[in-house]
Amino acid sequence: MSTTEERMSAQKRMRLARSGTDTVDERLGSSKFLTSVLDKIFPDHWSFMVGEIAMDSLIVLIITGIYLALFYVPSSKEVVYAPTSGHVYIPLVGQRMSEAYQSVINISFNVRFGLIMRQAHHWAALIFLAAVFFHMARIFFTGAFRKPREMNWIIGLLLWQIVALEGFTGYSLPDDLLSGTGLRVIYSIVESIPFVGTWLVYALWGGRFPGTSLIPRLFVVHEFLFPLLIIGLLTAHLMILWHQKHTDFPGPGKTETNIRGSRIWPQYALKAGGLMMLVAAVIFLLAGFVQINPVWIYGPYHPYTISAGAQPDWYLGWQDGAVRLWPHFEFRSFGHEIANPFFPGLLMPGILLNIMFAWPWIDKKIYKDYGPHNLLDRPRDKPFRTGVGVAAVVFFVVLTMASGSDILANNLHVSYEAIIVILDYLAVLGPLAGFVIAYKACQRLSQTDFHPIQRPVGGVIYRTPDGGYHTVGDVHHGPSHDVPADAGANGGHNGTASHAEGHVDETVPAPTAGD
Amino acid sequence: MTDTVDTPPTPFGRNPRHFGIDPSDAWPDDVPKDQDDTHWRYEGDPKGARKAERRIAAAWTVTMLASVGLAVVYVDGANNVLAGLCWGLAFGGLGIGMLLWARDLMPGHDVIASRGHHNVSSEADRVAVAESLGRGLDPMARRPFLFKMLGAVGGVFGIAIAFPIASLGPRPQRNLFKTAWGKGVRAVTLDGKPVRPSDLPYNGILTVFPETNVHDALAPTLLLNLGNLTNETPPERVGWNIPIDGKTGIIAVSKICTHAGCPASLYNVVTHQLVCPCHYSTFDVLQICKPIFGPAPRGLPQLPLAVDAEGYIVAQADYSSAGGGPVGPGFWNRG
Repeated sequence: MSTTEERMSAQKRMRLARSGTDTVDERLGSSKFLTSVLDKIFPDHWSFMVGEIAMDSLIVLIITGIYLALFYVPSSKEVVYAPTSGHVYIPLVGQRMSEAYQSVINISFNVRFGLIMRQAHHWAALIFLAAVFFHMARIFFTGAFRKPREMNWIIGLLLWQIVALEGFTGYSLPDDLLSGTGLRVIYSIVESIPFVGTWLVYALWGGRFPGTSLIPRLFVVHEFLFPLLIIGLLTAHLMILWHQKHTDFPGPGKTETNIRGSRIWPQYALKAGGLMMLVAAVIFLLAGFVQINPVWIYGPYHPYTISAGAQPDWYLGWQDGAVRLWPHFEFRSFGHEIANPFFPGLLMPGILLNIMFAWPWIDKKIYKDYGPHNLLDRPRDKPFRTGVGVAAVVFFVVLTMASGSDILANNLHVSYEAIIVILDYLAVLGPLAGFVIAYKACQRLSQTDFHPIQRPVGGVIYRTPDGGYHTVGDVHHGPSHDVPADAGANGGHNGTASHAEGHVDETVPAPTAGD
Repeated sequence: MTDTVDTPPTPFGRNPRHFGIDPSDAWPDDVPKDQDDTHWRYEGDPKGARKAERRIAAAWTVTMLASVGLAVVYVDGANNVLAGLCWGLAFGGLGIGMLLWARDLMPGHDVIASRGHHNVSSEADRVAVAESLGRGLDPMARRPFLFKMLGAVGGVFGIAIAFPIASLGPRPQRNLFKTAWGKGVRAVTLDGKPVRPSDLPYNGILTVFPETNVHDALAPTLLLNLGNLTNETPPERVGWNIPIDGKTGIIAVSKICTHAGCPASLYNVVTHQLVCPCHYSTFDVLQICKPIFGPAPRGLPQLPLAVDAEGYIVAQADYSSAGGGPVGPGFWNRG
């Protein structure tokens, strides 16, 4: 029991807290709202943290980005590298380069902690996109996009697109050889758009490639326009999440109408804060130990130079891979042409993206399920959806590999042509094979209720013709998870309880003793 | 899960029962009654709690030491590896301490609560919002002319306010079809030196620029000395090379790949292929740079060459359609 002293100090703390909340309440009447905020519950499954990792990387990006913007010079003006003070990168002395490139060299060598901020910024971007992809896959495979959450699926897809563009614009700002080459390819892809392509590139670049307008414009877009859109859409994303409350996997005691997890205060606040610190720790350790984008080695961009091994950052690899794999086809007729890069660079991603936007409604039609859901699907219970998702992931992986086809050919000692032919076949057949394998695997898993990485819980309960029950295959000997005898009928709002509790099958006749 | 599909239509559309509940009914109370979330992991274990406290303190001590380390690293020239280590340890210690504090010494996990609301409004509220909207819609419907006119105004004014966009860049003009090459324009290296045929050894390759504008991004051109190899020359391109000893000699092709505009600058002197390292379009030099592998749909355009009175290499003319031009990747009205 607590001592008198402890009770006194607890009362004192309470009075202090009261004076704080009362001060606010007298102005805003916020006590009821604040209680609901502090008491709010988030479910605890590990896969729900991935979106948080994306948000934490964004925070690191904003802070390091503001720091870098204080030193970066967004100018295409040509200068000759001859630093007046501080450290000099000797191999570049006397070379012609843009002022932008020179300022990045300066951030790397002449600003103390500038290099670590640059590398942290780039690593954070790569981790951000990785978290976005993982988060998107989690949402897809568990059916979290279903009603009432279609809106957040749409906002999430928009965020992915803008974040990828934000990454690309940032990658292009140093105006080094690698990113300049990337811009040349993007120019050609935009130029290939039917009807308006040349108008668009002339508007964006202010004339013919490369021009001097683009770098300052990229800076405005990267520093202002896209961050504004990202923060706006993310706010909407989180407000909708907050209002609708998080989904959760089915499990003991969980229903469509309740939610199980940790309270925001103090559990989630500390955990989310701790996770943010850990994400920052990983980013800065990478920034210290693993070099990224050493632009001083690539050299400044000139339209007549290039180096082998020109790859974009990994999250755009799939589009670059598609451009590499697309055959030498273009459409020419009536004195006009639709140039080659349009098909793999814009048409294919555009079609895929539209299917992704429409997926919540396609899914409704497939499963004839128009109702709202708070409990998630297990991927195995929706073999078709999981198959489509696996096919998409395989397609993505093959195209990303194609983006590094020259590196693959070099390291595997296979001719470049052979790699491309293999990947061409893989890009078509791989997703089909992925679909079939995933579909069959889901069906089998769903039938056996075997979990590939966890010991099965429960077992198969058979009802004998005379009305009795017995269990087969219950190898679970841990702390008791009660398997209710009427697992199939436990509760009006919990149609999926049987997933967690074991499989109930009333149609299978009683097994013989030999089973 | 699909128990709602076959019910007849209602004011709530195809889903009269939201999460299996009629929205006009009360939200079900399926929260366990005896929950007590004031407990924490080491509540009844003062020894364990003290240990947990020490673990957290240790983690945060790492943060403090790393912060001191950061200051030292900064003053001592900001070594990048040490800086990353200190930043990482500082953030990591802070984060691990926070996570341990939440896990070991804080209450509030594994609570079940009601989701608390339908996320859909009652029928009365839905009627009310539609009526509020109708307050404006009905008067608009009574004035169809004004309503249509507003649409027209939106279209016309919309085009007008799009005009600032036109200032972003010039109209696409013929300069996509032209480069700085022209009749008698000398081929120079990057530092402005003109080139003689004898500057290129057999199998030699050299990037040259038009003397009039070395910065023209579409103009970079490759000079290739093919020696006595036979280059398949179509009739309209006869005389575009600079023969050496009566053989094929030097030809000039655009360095700008016809696929995505990167410089096609890898030359395999064994197979006489030019490769663009962006997407590995491969061109056979002996078949007038026809694409033989990769995504490029057209060959590299050829520049007609000549030698001027002083013995320097010059262009006979700009790239033309006879030589496979215009230079660079395709676009809608390339023709």
